[in-house]
Amino acid sequence: MEYTLSTSFRPLAMLVIVTALSGCATAGEGNGDPIEPANRPVFAFNQGLDHKVVRPVAEGYEAHVPGPVRSCVSNVFSNLGDIFTSVNQLLQGEPGKAASDISRFGINTTVGVLGCFDPASSMGLEKHKRDFGETLALWGVPPGPYVVLPLLGPSTVRDAFGLVPGWFLDPTNYVGGPAALALKGTQIVSTRSSNLRASDLIDAAALDPYLFTRDAFLAHRLDQIYDGHPPIAKADSAKPEDLQ
Amino acid sequence: MRPSSTERFEFAAVAALAVLLLLLALLAPVALAEELAPDALIKSITAEVTAAIRQDPAIRAGNARSLCELVEAKIVPHFDFNRAVRIAMGHNWRSATPEQREELTREFKTLVLRTYSGALAAYRDQAIAFRPLRARPGEGEVTVRSEIKQPGSEALAIEYDMEKTGADWKVYDIRVSGISLVATYRNTFSEEVRNHGIEGLIQQLSAKNHRPS
Repeated sequence: MEYTLSTSFRPLAMLVIVTALSGCATAGEGNGDPIEPANRPVFAFNQGLDHKVVRPVAEGYEAHVPGPVRSCVSNVFSNLGDIFTSVNQLLQGEPGKAASDISRFGINTTVGVLGCFDPASSMGLEKHKRDFGETLALWGVPPGPYVVLPLLGPSTVRDAFGLVPGWFLDPTNYVGGPAALALKGTQIVSTRSSNLRASDLIDAAALDPYLFTRDAFLAHRLDQIYDGHPPIAKADSAKPEDLQ
Repeated sequence: MRPSSTERFEFAAVAALAVLLLLLALLAPVALAEELAPDALIKSITAEVTAAIRQDPAIRAGNARSLCELVEAKIVPHFDFNRAVRIAMGHNWRSATPEQREELTREFKTLVLRTYSGALAAYRDQAIAFRPLRARPGEGEVTVRSEIKQPGSEALAIEYDMEKTGADWKVYDIRVSGISLVATYRNTFSEEVRNHGIEGLIQQLSAKNHRPS
């Protein structure tokens, strides 16, 4: 099966399942978020910053910059991200996917003019995203508490540590001076503009945006770590007695 | 007078046609049952809905009412909101009175449909692919998996949890890249019930639904 973990990693995956389950077992009881009192103010700060600065700029960017330019910008950053994804595929025991992702980078950097276009996708090399937090998870590191990071948003203690190697493997961090600032700014605005629809949806759906974001993030993370097949995905598989 | 060969041929053709129609009529229920397999059902709804979005300029322009009508006509009949609200409520469902259950179901339905419509409105011509259904015959619950493919970004997984109720398959939860449209509310709901009771939750839901979004 294309979507299951590679066979050699199955015992490890089982370990992760056990750790993840023990980490989540109490989430419904309200203990799944021990540092909620610290998280909420950071969440509010991030939201305030987003509403006042990032979102308006991203909306302006979407309204005034032509689609092809926006797609080029987002492709360039996405292309650089493929290096990091490829490294993580290797660390996750997926040499085949690692090769595919680094080929994407090679093709899109050359034929795709420094990543502006994505001919690799049309050639059947699908885009993946793998980060070091997922790699740590597959190595058996438990997620630890849910953390809202200032500026960076929802994470877990494990995933926050996972950001460090990612920082070193991001070529944009090796650019110095004011260009670095412009580059980061562009990346943030480009990413935010592609998330506008999704954040509208969360606004429409959430009764408590903090809780909704947290629970959606944790479910999404579990889904990524299990490559689309988390063990407790089905909403009520564990509690049939609730359904009476 | 003996019939000419053309007439004989015509008779044979009509007879053959009649037999064919009869056969079709006999086979139709079988074919229909085949049609209602859960993945076939989702495929046909998806095809209808995406075609409708493609053809309706009002929906493409973001007209909420046209979108609502589409969702009401094509999706609501295949969704089991009673099961969905129970999942979102968890153990608190048992302490709700019949009137409260009715109100909760109504408000939750509105909230879920509004969210789902918002997601649909973002649909442009992306390709949707279905994965083979892994289900044993006679099973009452299945998950139908599909993904939306977009060049340049990761495929977006959409999964439908379905149950067989009587002769029909109904969806009771939809997950988008692992995020459940229904179960994501579990903690929110239990928190609200703990703080303000079931009445408080109903009020909160109704206030949310009456706010323009």
